[in-house]
Amino acid sequence: MSSQDIPEENLPHVQGDTHSSDVTKPAGDPFADPGLPPHEHRKQDIDERAASRSERMVALLFLVSMVATVGFIASYVSIPVDKIVYVFPIGHVSALNFALGLTLGVALFCIGAGAVHWARTLMSDVEVADERHPIEAAPEVKAKVLADFKQGAEESAFGRRKLIRNTMFGALALVPLSGVVLLRDLGPLPGTKLRKTAWSEGKMLINQNTLQPLRPEDVQVGSLTFAMPEGMKEEDHDFQQEIAKAALMIVRIQPANIKDKKTLDWGTDGILAYSKICTHVGCPISLYEQQTHHVLCPCHQSTFDLSDGGRVIFGPAGHALPQLRIKVNDKGYLEAMGDFAEPVGPAFWERG
Amino acid sequence: MSTATTNTPGADAPGRRKAPAGERVADWADGRLGIYSLAKANMRKIFPDHWSFMLGEVCLYSFLIIILTGVYLTLFFHPSMAETVYHGPYVPMQGMRMSEAFASTVNISFDVRGGLLVRQIHHWAALIFLAAMFLHMMRVFFTGAFRKPREVNWLFGFLLFVLGMFTGFTGYSLPDDLLSGTGVRFMEGAILSVPIIGTYVSMFLFGGEFPGSDFVPRFFSIHVLLLPGIMLGLVVAHMILVVYHKHTQYPGPGRTEKNVVGMPLMPVYMAKAGGFFFLVFGAIAAISAIATINPIWAIGPYRPDQVSTGAQPDWYMGFSEGLIRVMPGWEINVWGHTFVLGVVIPLIIFPTVLAAIAVYPFIESWVTGDKREHHLLDRPRNAPTRTAFGAAWISWYFVLLVGGGNDLWATHFHLSINAITWFVRVGFFVVPVLVFITTRRICMGLQRRDKDKVLHGRESGIIKRLPHGEFVEVHEPLSQEQLHTLTSHEQPKPLELVPEVDENGVERKVTGSQKLRVKLSKGFYGEGTQVPKATAEEFHEITSGHGHH
Amino acid sequence: MKKLSARRRHPLAAVVVLLFALAVTGGLYAAFAPADTAKADDSAQSLAIEEGKKLYSVGCASCHGTGGQGTTDGPSLVGVGAAAVDFQVATGRMPLQQQGAQAPRKKAIYNQAEIDQLAAYVASLGAGPAVPNKDQYSPDGADIAKGGELFRTNCAQCHNFTGKGGALSNGKYAPSLEDVNPKHIYEAMQTGPQNMPSFPDTTMSEKNKKDIIAYLDTVNTSKSETPGGLELGGLGPVSEGLFAWVFGLGAMVVLAIWVAARTAKAKKS
Repeated sequence: MSSQDIPEENLPHVQGDTHSSDVTKPAGDPFADPGLPPHEHRKQDIDERAASRSERMVALLFLVSMVATVGFIASYVSIPVDKIVYVFPIGHVSALNFALGLTLGVALFCIGAGAVHWARTLMSDVEVADERHPIEAAPEVKAKVLADFKQGAEESAFGRRKLIRNTMFGALALVPLSGVVLLRDLGPLPGTKLRKTAWSEGKMLINQNTLQPLRPEDVQVGSLTFAMPEGMKEEDHDFQQEIAKAALMIVRIQPANIKDKKTLDWGTDGILAYSKICTHVGCPISLYEQQTHHVLCPCHQSTFDLSDGGRVIFGPAGHALPQLRIKVNDKGYLEAMGDFAEPVGPAFWERG
Repeated sequence: MSTATTNTPGADAPGRRKAPAGERVADWADGRLGIYSLAKANMRKIFPDHWSFMLGEVCLYSFLIIILTGVYLTLFFHPSMAETVYHGPYVPMQGMRMSEAFASTVNISFDVRGGLLVRQIHHWAALIFLAAMFLHMMRVFFTGAFRKPREVNWLFGFLLFVLGMFTGFTGYSLPDDLLSGTGVRFMEGAILSVPIIGTYVSMFLFGGEFPGSDFVPRFFSIHVLLLPGIMLGLVVAHMILVVYHKHTQYPGPGRTEKNVVGMPLMPVYMAKAGGFFFLVFGAIAAISAIATINPIWAIGPYRPDQVSTGAQPDWYMGFSEGLIRVMPGWEINVWGHTFVLGVVIPLIIFPTVLAAIAVYPFIESWVTGDKREHHLLDRPRNAPTRTAFGAAWISWYFVLLVGGGNDLWATHFHLSINAITWFVRVGFFVVPVLVFITTRRICMGLQRRDKDKVLHGRESGIIKRLPHGEFVEVHEPLSQEQLHTLTSHEQPKPLELVPEVDENGVERKVTGSQKLRVKLSKGFYGEGTQVPKATAEEFHEITSGHGHH
Repeated sequence: MKKLSARRRHPLAAVVVLLFALAVTGGLYAAFAPADTAKADDSAQSLAIEEGKKLYSVGCASCHGTGGQGTTDGPSLVGVGAAAVDFQVATGRMPLQQQGAQAPRKKAIYNQAEIDQLAAYVASLGAGPAVPNKDQYSPDGADIAKGGELFRTNCAQCHNFTGKGGALSNGKYAPSLEDVNPKHIYEAMQTGPQNMPSFPDTTMSEKNKKDIIAYLDTVNTSKSETPGGLELGGLGPVSEGLFAWVFGLGAMVVLAIWVAARTAKAKKS
């Protein structure tokens, strides 16, 4: 629709025409500010039919929102919480979650869309300029404030009576200490807790899959097994704390392929037991590559060589994976010859 | 109207027009709260129209959505690590041992009608909240909106971003699932690495050895009370300052440092901003209907001896994950003590990365020595050094994000994880420098293009053949509005060192910091850092000789 | 055309052209890039003989040696057992298409009858795990929850919590387990193909394996339930973050543009 179609009397009188009045272009400056451009009318400003269309659109959006809210309540009441439906291409989803989410989404979205459409098409779109005022106070205000402050400070005698000032600072500095002291019972002192695990001499290696003690012939070359110390149970109240340190990973490498003599000696017949807890920050490391004998941590990719004393060969870990010394006992089961020789898991200040 | 607002007795006397109910309520409130004076200043407050000015609103609204849904979740969540055995409807978990926290989260997901939806809205809104804050911060940065008088508000916003990260991390840890538990384990390891106090802090935080039975309730009060409380206060302060300073605006005809051009709060922005809240909420609700987030039932309950590959934190912690992944494993043992540099150094770089962007506004204002208020925004190309710094910072952040997701990059792009780690190690130092240089050159190119446009007009795409056979492209002269917009920016001159001996022969001391400042200023604004904008003389010279392009 | 030339100076024109160019480049690459899936080796197939040894000498001997003793290009097959052959050949990992960090899963070249013949031949070279029967690997009647716990203890560290796969060192990876035949999962646990460690019956009982298979059958098939909606790859926070940025924040920006944009004017020049 071109502007010629519009009868003159339908045009609202031009608002904000003052904006363009100061367009006096100084001959000297070709880049002078021309001022705000004159307001141009939207279709809805000049065509009542367009405005009614917008009105109906806004009302329709609000109506859709109402319907969606009814739909939300209906879904809540009628759809069982455990019903699964297939929705292409999303998958087998919870019918209730899908219905509630979409109806709520539509109900909210349409309120927003209605309000915005209303603002955009029916409310005035004349740009208005607002004056700014400096944030800084005027000099006389500043002078008055400083004078007031000075007077107040003098009346308090804060600067003159040093004894009051110093003791007050002292008291204020000390009083938060009570709060700090109160935090003491948040937890126990570290002691040697981080140095000890549940492993000790004579404890058998219990397979975590079968909960049976492991025999050397169970552990094949290239296999990976996880074990915990004899006597530990999932039901124990401190199971989480203990397994966080005691978790063990057992591999078997052909003795000829073991590069480090101590590593070979601490195992039995190529069966090696290493801590499962990464020495970087404590993730349960166990991405074992049986051909390279490398074990990788899934959290930060520290890589250790199990055939070489658990030496770090890549990544952010700072020291080797601790090995547990094991032997075969009289009954033919694998057992620990003591606790780990060094603290397992992440390094800490007192580790040494 | 004046009849109703007078306080003279008998104003409500029969025979006189009774004020409408709304007005009487407003009168009551005004008598006690002074709302009319408040409304006078703010009801027709002007907000400029630009989509990038709405990003802050996305943050605000997603924050409100998080609070709303979070309150609902606390009604069903049990912040306890007491052991329980699962007997709910989810079959793959029947009879499993888990903490109350995990069991109640599964319960919210599968037993509470709509619980899954609210959980997903809460988590999606959190991710979008942080992403929107990031984008909002970048908008403010690249347009120079942080300049006086808004430096304090920049810091408030920055603090909100950092607090948002930690609120997100503590919330993410609450369900006590295998993935978040691994994240908490990492946190324990990181705390242990801190020299001298590490083991003590760890014991105090976890109430003993990791994982203990205390961290979920402790994180819970931090997540629902302490951090959101501080954030709410900061959000309010942030908004009060936005209103007080009045919004910045992009340069253009009629827009000056002394005014703000836009639409009034009542009614346009009430409808637009109010409506936008519903749009944001509606979109996040729809996303939560369509896409799963943090399916803890598939991840399983936490056990310190179990782990899943792809153990990553939520995206906003991803850059710190990258730092920790690519750091070489340095460890020093002396005098019976261990310096875990492989963990401590990333712990130090982590706040440094964030601080780098936070302190930039103060460095810039010190270098320029500019004490004026700025309400007109810069186009990023017109501040090449700042833009290049910002782009370099983003690239730095992004390189670390790549490092944080190195395993997924490896599997999805068929690369070696070791190669990616090495790329990030090198890229950490190299990429920001390259990006800085490139961005500054791009900015200069764009400045040059602006200058050409001002002087020669816009290339119209119309080819004309002149009588003597020459083909020329017709250039359309720019409108006055465009000319003004493209030339209104300032081009600061670099500072000069004051001569050591002034005109009266008195020696002046030039401090080291002054020398540094002048050096930086040359780097910011000296030769080769900006294209001089078109002058009126150049313009007149060219426009007077028509047809000569 | 006139419309097009008028619009080529539009500020968004460059973006459109760039997107178009990207799409074309990507499309061309997809069309001409070497196909991943191996073309069935028709000659080998048509030459199939009922005896595994003949199949072996044609398809396998070049790397594994004429008697399965192994060469520098491939390990010895003595004692790997029928289960290993069935897994490697039926999942298409063998014969290898090219040397690399590890053999990828691809379309199987041999049919089941030929694989059985090959397996019988390799099993005759030295005793090893036999191909499991259906009772052993069928998920029916297994304890799914126990399987989940076993999976998280033994498998998730490499294969991710629902078996989506993950990275190993130097370009190696643990493959996705989605829709892998339960028989092959069983065989993989038993034989430890390539760099995967084995989980023999002595340390992971038949029942344990069955539970694990049942768990995977519940959570990691294309028919598995994802109550919350799109699974987003099941990869955890990285894909969630990407989704939040692209679709979440993307939607917010589109909405913001609409909210802030000026309404069309009545007369548009």
